[in-house]
Amino acid sequence: MSLNKIFRNTLLVIFASILLSACAVKTTGKMQGDVYTGKDTVEYLASGVPDRVFFATNETVLTTASRETLRKQASWLRKNSKINVVLEGHADERGTREYNLALGERRANAAKDYLMTYGISGNRISVISYGKERPVDSGSNPLAWSKNRRSVTVKAN
Amino acid sequence: MRKFIFLIYVWLIVFNWGKAWSLIEVDITRGNLNPLPLAVSPLSVDQNSKEKFKDLLKLEDIGVEISKVVENNLRQSGLFNPLDTKAFLQKPDIAHVKPRFEDWALIKAQALITGEVKIVDEKLRVEFRLWDVLAGKEIMALAFTTVSENWRRVGHIITDKVYQRLTGEKGYFDTRIIYVAEEGLKTSRIKKLAIMDQDGFNTKYLTLGNELVLTPRFNPTNQMVTYLSYFKNLPRVYLLDIETGIQEVVGDFPGMTFAPRFSPDGKKIIMSFAKDGNSDIYTMDLESREVEKITNHPSIDTSPSYSPDGKYICFNSDRSGYQQIYVMRSDGSKVKRISFGNGLYGTPVWSPRGDLIAFTKLHKGKFYIGVMRTDGTGERLLTENYYQEAPSWSPNGRVLIFYRETKSDSAGKGFSAKLWSIDLTGYNERMVKTETDASDPSWSSLLTD
Repeated sequence: MSLNKIFRNTLLVIFASILLSACAVKTTGKMQGDVYTGKDTVEYLASGVPDRVFFATNETVLTTASRETLRKQASWLRKNSKINVVLEGHADERGTREYNLALGERRANAAKDYLMTYGISGNRISVISYGKERPVDSGSNPLAWSKNRRSVTVKAN
Repeated sequence: MRKFIFLIYVWLIVFNWGKAWSLIEVDITRGNLNPLPLAVSPLSVDQNSKEKFKDLLKLEDIGVEISKVVENNLRQSGLFNPLDTKAFLQKPDIAHVKPRFEDWALIKAQALITGEVKIVDEKLRVEFRLWDVLAGKEIMALAFTTVSENWRRVGHIITDKVYQRLTGEKGYFDTRIIYVAEEGLKTSRIKKLAIMDQDGFNTKYLTLGNELVLTPRFNPTNQMVTYLSYFKNLPRVYLLDIETGIQEVVGDFPGMTFAPRFSPDGKKIIMSFAKDGNSDIYTMDLESREVEKITNHPSIDTSPSYSPDGKYICFNSDRSGYQQIYVMRSDGSKVKRISFGNGLYGTPVWSPRGDLIAFTKLHKGKFYIGVMRTDGTGERLLTENYYQEAPSWSPNGRVLIFYRETKSDSAGKGFSAKLWSIDLTGYNERMVKTETDASDPSWSSLLTD
């Protein structure tokens, strides 16, 4: 009995692990799924406070990493209460121009809402969408597109 | 409105006299693999007029130049095959009076265009005739007088008349294209509004490139244009009178307005307004300034376009989760999704004939320009490419103009943006000449009906 059963269980485990690895999020050095996780284009508002968050294709949902970045921005904004910011929402080049303008606006607002839940007044935050008009990476490849799907927090004063 | 811009007086001498049954018929509903062979004889000019036009316009032979405009238009349409002028046996002046049909039949011309140019009171007078070579008779004759700087337009008007006589539908040659001229790096592109004749000539730049401008669209009834400008970093819909250069912001919205288009009667602007992460569709009456909210949905609603009777609006929404095309009544009621194929659909534009909606489709990493009936059936993809979008209809609803971008590396090398046109059959695809890179084309109505 046992040999047969062990064999079958082993097969199951192998099968399951193949399945799992197929489902697992594809991770390259700088992307998780298709969300950019690298530091290439990132600038800093202050030491340890990255200026931008990245999005998946056609998505406006904030990732765990994005929320962490925005919490850092929020605490920096609380400490520097005279600084106002503009959130610039962007999309990649693989979409129609008009829809991308709406998408960029929605991304920047997702970031704004998060900053507001961390106590930053909406009066200090304005929002602008550039759609696909201002990429940071001109490349026509998934990595470049992932860098371009972003909301960037810029000092307004 | 149009009259004060271009002074063109059209006299009908003889129009389609005797209702002679023409043997020539061009079917424009099918792919035309055998375009109709015809001869565009250079327009004849007397010596005195030739010298005067040479002084006025710096053209060696104005007759030859006008016929070249006609010839090029006819070739670009894909429906006609203008024959090589070197094969012509008869002199232009004699052909215009009495063509020897045997000579023209010999080179396989089925139709013949002849004409005569004269200077009359410092103005340009053109007379032209269209002949059916096989039936051996004149089927149309017309004369115009205009200011001499309008000489290219004369060529376009002649083409429109010939096109209409031979296909039974109005032409689209005496028209203009407004578009966005592009220069510079992909990451900091400089964009200007530009306008040109349909064949790529007479380009004029309407803005200086100091601010980002996007998506210009013609008013179908006059010379007004609506577009998106980032003036003072506030993306708003503007209205521009291209004759006076006067522009103004449309409405007083506390946020980004975009994706503007005129209603078919030219009295309203329909557009999106984005606030707090949500885009809805609004209209503004240009006279009363009254603003009306048309859609009210937490999804993105954009790219609205009216049906030619003004009763319906097609638009782009991601309310199903992804970008799809919807149709609703113009008051916003009875919203119905019409795109159900695989992939994402954007930029719906209602045909001026009312029968079709053109769109951009993204499927498996490729972009398509296509058309579907207004209930979403009969989807037909006309062209596939790495990136292309934003179709705009010719005024007769037979040709689409759109823009296409090429791939580039991270330094931006390889990137280009160009205008292209394709007819509804999908066979006649051509790049439209522009001085710079170009995007977001919009086709005007016929300047003279």
